[in-house]
Amino acid sequence: MTVAETETRVPLEGFVGEVLKELGDAVIEVECCGARRGWARIDPERTVEVAETMLAMAGARLATATALDVRDGIDVLYHWAIEPQGVVVTLKVLAERPALAVDSIAGAVPAANWIEREMHDLLGANFRGHPDMRRLILDDSWPEGVYPLRKDFDQVRDRPPLPPDQTPPDVGRRERNAR
Amino acid sequence: MSRRTVVNIGPFHPLQEEAEFFQLYVDGETVVDVDVRISFNHRGIEKLDESKTFDQVPFVVERVCGICSASHPLAYIQAVEEIAHVEVPERALYLRTIVNELERIHSHLLWVGLAGHFLGYNTVFMWVWKYREPVMDILEIATGSRVNYANCKVGGVRRDMTREQLDRIAQVSDELLGPLDMLTRAVLDDPILHARLKKVGVLTPQAAKAYGATGPTARGSGVPIDVRRDDPYAAYDRLAWEVITAPDGDVFSKTVVRLRECFEAVRIIKQCVRDIPGGAIDAHVAAIPPGEGVGHVEAPRGETFHYVRSDGSNRPVRHKVRAPSFNNIPTFKASCIGQQIPDVAITLASVDPCYSCTERMCRVVDAESLRPRYTWSDLVRLSQQKTAELRKKW
Amino acid sequence: MALTTKAWTKWALTRSLWVYHVNAGACNNCDIEVLDLLTPRYDIERFGMLLVGSPRHADVLAVTGVCTRQTAPRVQEVYLQTPRPRVVLAIGSCACGQGIFTEAYHMARPVDETLRAVDPDATILYVPGCPPKPEAMIAAVVKAIEYLKSA
Repeated sequence: MTVAETETRVPLEGFVGEVLKELGDAVIEVECCGARRGWARIDPERTVEVAETMLAMAGARLATATALDVRDGIDVLYHWAIEPQGVVVTLKVLAERPALAVDSIAGAVPAANWIEREMHDLLGANFRGHPDMRRLILDDSWPEGVYPLRKDFDQVRDRPPLPPDQTPPDVGRRERNAR
Repeated sequence: MSRRTVVNIGPFHPLQEEAEFFQLYVDGETVVDVDVRISFNHRGIEKLDESKTFDQVPFVVERVCGICSASHPLAYIQAVEEIAHVEVPERALYLRTIVNELERIHSHLLWVGLAGHFLGYNTVFMWVWKYREPVMDILEIATGSRVNYANCKVGGVRRDMTREQLDRIAQVSDELLGPLDMLTRAVLDDPILHARLKKVGVLTPQAAKAYGATGPTARGSGVPIDVRRDDPYAAYDRLAWEVITAPDGDVFSKTVVRLRECFEAVRIIKQCVRDIPGGAIDAHVAAIPPGEGVGHVEAPRGETFHYVRSDGSNRPVRHKVRAPSFNNIPTFKASCIGQQIPDVAITLASVDPCYSCTERMCRVVDAESLRPRYTWSDLVRLSQQKTAELRKKW
Repeated sequence: MALTTKAWTKWALTRSLWVYHVNAGACNNCDIEVLDLLTPRYDIERFGMLLVGSPRHADVLAVTGVCTRQTAPRVQEVYLQTPRPRVVLAIGSCACGQGIFTEAYHMARPVDETLRAVDPDATILYVPGCPPKPEAMIAAVVKAIEYLKSA
């Protein structure tokens, strides 16, 4: 935080600047404000409020979100696309260790439902208040607590062992029982 | 008392890293809820990319989805070019446009054919795929493969096209106009198709925005978004073309959007062939500096979104891939509810969720006895029967 | 002269192979090329072949894709549901040996190993290519017929 304060502030210009201004003091640091791209960090306490403001903007939609394994926790990046200006504004929220949790925006933005489930599966980010946090991406045989996109996971060395063979899937077993 | 029945559709059905498994909750004939389980095709491409160099990644992302094998690499490459501030030569931009538009034609024709099959119009399936073959041929002539083009690289394109190849591309696209016109008129004039497709699977513009729907799925709901126009890449801002929308949000609108986009694609290709400048096809890129970038491309199914982060080494630290179907499939929650079972096949198909394998395992299971009641073929048969009955009435 | 059941089966089988297409985590390329076989340019139905909707009707399994953790048990199940004599076509580099995805974390074993775990005598024909051209797939089916004739 102190580093950001000592640095020169990025001037809020153009359409991206207007979008970021609309978010007011929920934005705690602007990293880049270009003609078509904006990068900013927002207050983790106000994630849902920011999402609601963004969705209410004309032409804005949640393109997707990305989670990154960084030193202090997991960085969650919400990519908002605004048309017809063709702008992509990326809002970053840090889910700090050890809880690795941020507020879920899935209640406010239905498009966030799946992507938050995916980030939970692959990186272990937790989303408080998500309506339906079931597994989405990984196989049911994948062990809990192993997150493949973390930096300490090696895709060859740390691959969990496969379940034993000759286990017919549930559907097949049910079918045979029914017969 | 009403009894809910669970209908399972899937799981063999691929798109980005996943196949889906649909569960329809039905009450009698009417769908009351939908649940989707994806990931059968999850291959871990994002992690795999972290072990590849920046120049190797395009070959991996090309295989995210075989039908969008020009859009995914381009979106990745644009993200990298954003990090490295690369100035791409004009000729390369035009070549990228040509391959992307050819891909759009072949993908949309593929969809029209399969939609015809689901509705019981197998003639349409056969005819459309026949007209699609010349497109595959010119793609093979120009890039070396029918479906994996390996066309783009960071800084430009990998292979130039000769004047003969370009002229052949223009000629083949031109010859497509006749069949396309016939198909479009067939759809617009056929009273049975109107009865089957209109007011079926309606997605409202509000739902399209909330679910972040993209591509023909959104444009069929009257939402005029198109990355090619809004955030121009390749040579799209130098050409004259239109964003196609249709107002009603039903399956009919999405069909019309796709067919009319084929005409626009032909128009774009012909302009590219006419206007393409000479010169270099790639720029020298020394190293990718630390930074992060996003790239998005209008794939046939909608916006393909890539995020790349570099730490200055020769490999990406993080690469995020989001295929259009990831945003479009959840719209089933809005469009399928209230539908009749025979209309489900075409409603699910209407967002074009990369359903290249028509023989997905699918069964309707009786919720109490767990006995299978319908398979996917049964669902398609139900859909075809409905068309046949309508045909008798007319 | 009465034909034996076995000879009769062989006669009927080699004239009309029915194919069930299994996607074990493919990228769609092989799948659209398999579908392409049905359409006027290649028209595999002129050889009596048909894509069917259930493995219980099939003589040949056309498997595409890498065999992910999720699909591996399902591919085994589909294989066990296919009546004998059955032939597997492993279509594409992924099905032949997982191709560029070998190192990815969500892989099970390749298609051939997965199937041999439930049937050590499985007959598997490999059709390499990314994706193989439709002509290559037709050639593979012809080889499958020859194999069934000699078996």
